[in-house]
Amino acid sequence: MNSEVKNNQFAAVPDQEGRFGIYGGKFVAETLMSALDELETLYNRLKVDEDFQRELDNDLAHYVGRPSPLYEASRWSERVGGARLFLKREDLNHTGAHKVNNTIGQALLAKYMGKKRVIAETGAGQHGVATATIAARLGLECQVFMGEEDVRRQALNVYRMKLLGAEVIPVTSGSRTLKDAMNEAMRDWVTNVDDTFYIIGTVAGPHPYPMLVRDFQCVIGREARAQSLAQIGRLPDALVACVGGGSNAIGLFHPFLEDEGVAMYGVEAGGHGVATAQHAAPLTAGTPGVLHGNRTYLMQDENGQIMHTHSVSAGLDYPGVGPEHSWLKDIGRVNYVVANDDEALRAFHTLTRVEGIMPALESSHALAYAEKLAAGMSPEQSIVINLSGRGDKDIHTVAEIDGIQF
Amino acid sequence: MSRIAGRFQQLASEGRKALIPYIVVGDPAPEVTVPLMHALVENGADIIELGVPFSDPMSEGPVIQLAHERALAHDVSLRDALDAVRTFREKDSETPVLLMGYANPVEHMGYATFADAAAEAGVDALLTVDIPPEEVEQVNAELHRVGMDNIFLVAPTTPDERITRIVQQASGFVYYVSLKGVTGAGHLDIADVSSHLARIRKVSDLPLAVGFGIKDAESAAAVAGVADGVVVGSALINAMARQLEAGGDMGQAQAAAIELLAQIRRGVDSAAS
Repeated sequence: MNSEVKNNQFAAVPDQEGRFGIYGGKFVAETLMSALDELETLYNRLKVDEDFQRELDNDLAHYVGRPSPLYEASRWSERVGGARLFLKREDLNHTGAHKVNNTIGQALLAKYMGKKRVIAETGAGQHGVATATIAARLGLECQVFMGEEDVRRQALNVYRMKLLGAEVIPVTSGSRTLKDAMNEAMRDWVTNVDDTFYIIGTVAGPHPYPMLVRDFQCVIGREARAQSLAQIGRLPDALVACVGGGSNAIGLFHPFLEDEGVAMYGVEAGGHGVATAQHAAPLTAGTPGVLHGNRTYLMQDENGQIMHTHSVSAGLDYPGVGPEHSWLKDIGRVNYVVANDDEALRAFHTLTRVEGIMPALESSHALAYAEKLAAGMSPEQSIVINLSGRGDKDIHTVAEIDGIQF
Repeated sequence: MSRIAGRFQQLASEGRKALIPYIVVGDPAPEVTVPLMHALVENGADIIELGVPFSDPMSEGPVIQLAHERALAHDVSLRDALDAVRTFREKDSETPVLLMGYANPVEHMGYATFADAAAEAGVDALLTVDIPPEEVEQVNAELHRVGMDNIFLVAPTTPDERITRIVQQASGFVYYVSLKGVTGAGHLDIADVSSHLARIRKVSDLPLAVGFGIKDAESAAAVAGVADGVVVGSALINAMARQLEAGGDMGQAQAAAIELLAQIRRGVDSAAS
């Protein structure tokens, strides 16, 4: 780690302009600027408001089912060899992924702002489901934008959202995946900014979203830190999490950033390999640019056009990444690595067979890298991996790849 | 004085309002752009706004999104926009041209490189939808170094104190977005537009152009009654796209856009004070 970077710098970002070093900011159309200012002002007030925090904590405990366990996967560890492997079980949350930690928080903000309608973008559908769920509970109108390609890949989640009363709007522009869904959600928001709250699903977008989504997801790392001390007797040696937009990773990493002995690995989607153009690994193979309201690493061509991405997991199929990750990469605090489609699929099968836990394909990228990392470590060492979601939604994708038809 | 400021001053002295057509570089095809720019000028354009194709045009409605996609299918990008202006300038050194687009292509080229290349090509101003005053310092420094204007948007949702901040950074003219929404959307409320323009005039002497939602001579006349300039984009692009969909050739597509522009010109002039 860069020695000039003092630990207290982690608490000092983003700055007042929403910047993490040169990353982040507020690159949006003027129509949205006052809505962002309003959201920031409200959030800064509510994050220190005891009533708001009590309501949030109550929902996390009794609706989401937190704290999620930290589970030692001993059979898997034995098979892999090397370090002890612990899974932070975000897959056990209500709705089956970490996404709900954030949607609960943002929906509460929407409620405090008196907004009657919420919109969201979704890739794998987990954020869409989490948003539709909380909208049903709070009686809010909900529309979810989803790329046409993802609607096909994630038919089960589409139906779940419909059952929950949300309208799923297939997006047919551009590459018809997550980035295009985000474009369309922005277009809706700019049109309906007076009565609509945009629940962004990851730590990207214009300030204050990367900050507030991070804050809501940090419950993962706070719990994991306390659980590590209780169960391992000390902090883990390494943390591993998959990175698409990066919300589950920042949620796990952030409360450990000042713990210098804890190494961190963010695993991007290597797709068919970063040497091909068929991947979704901007931190590994991209360059800084501006998209969706913030400056961050992007996959872009020589003209600054955003490139099409590929990953077997819809939730990682995004050409950008949260700006805080870009900053953490540049200062060297977090290592960003890749796992390819086939490695993630192998890890999916392994964990399912040896632990009876079926991971989401997104989380399987983290598992795949953790296997490599653990093999080079000793049994006295331990790794905490964020099992960010469960894999039920991916059964069709896996079956298709295995040549099985229902 | 910049070419844009000069044009507005000249129009004001004649008691006329500026007509500012928007087209996307490379739409419907790369070879159409420069001839179309000249034809727009011959049929009443005072300033040309050239859209720079971007893969993720977040503020555009469906009509202009498709224009960006058609241009990108021909690999048209920021460099081609600069080339188009350079070619246009071989025959027209008077009509101001501004580039409208998104931050990333300009950021990727580099602000300084862009400013030098744009000034050399004969571009007069830049309007980036997603660079608000909070983020504009670096790009403005480069634009001002080469004498280019930076055009800012003001929206119906912009509070008075933000308007003050925006106009302090702006030069050339201020672009008022007539409605909450994307390009080509909605219904124009002239009384509402007029009241917002009054808010801007309280703090700025810059000319005020209005865009979003102007589709024909009638709506253009209404806007020209309250603003200094009228921007029309989706309607022209749609006129070309419909001709092509109906089996027309590039010439017919261009003719359809030009005919609509000429009607809008008459609408604008009918409202002139």
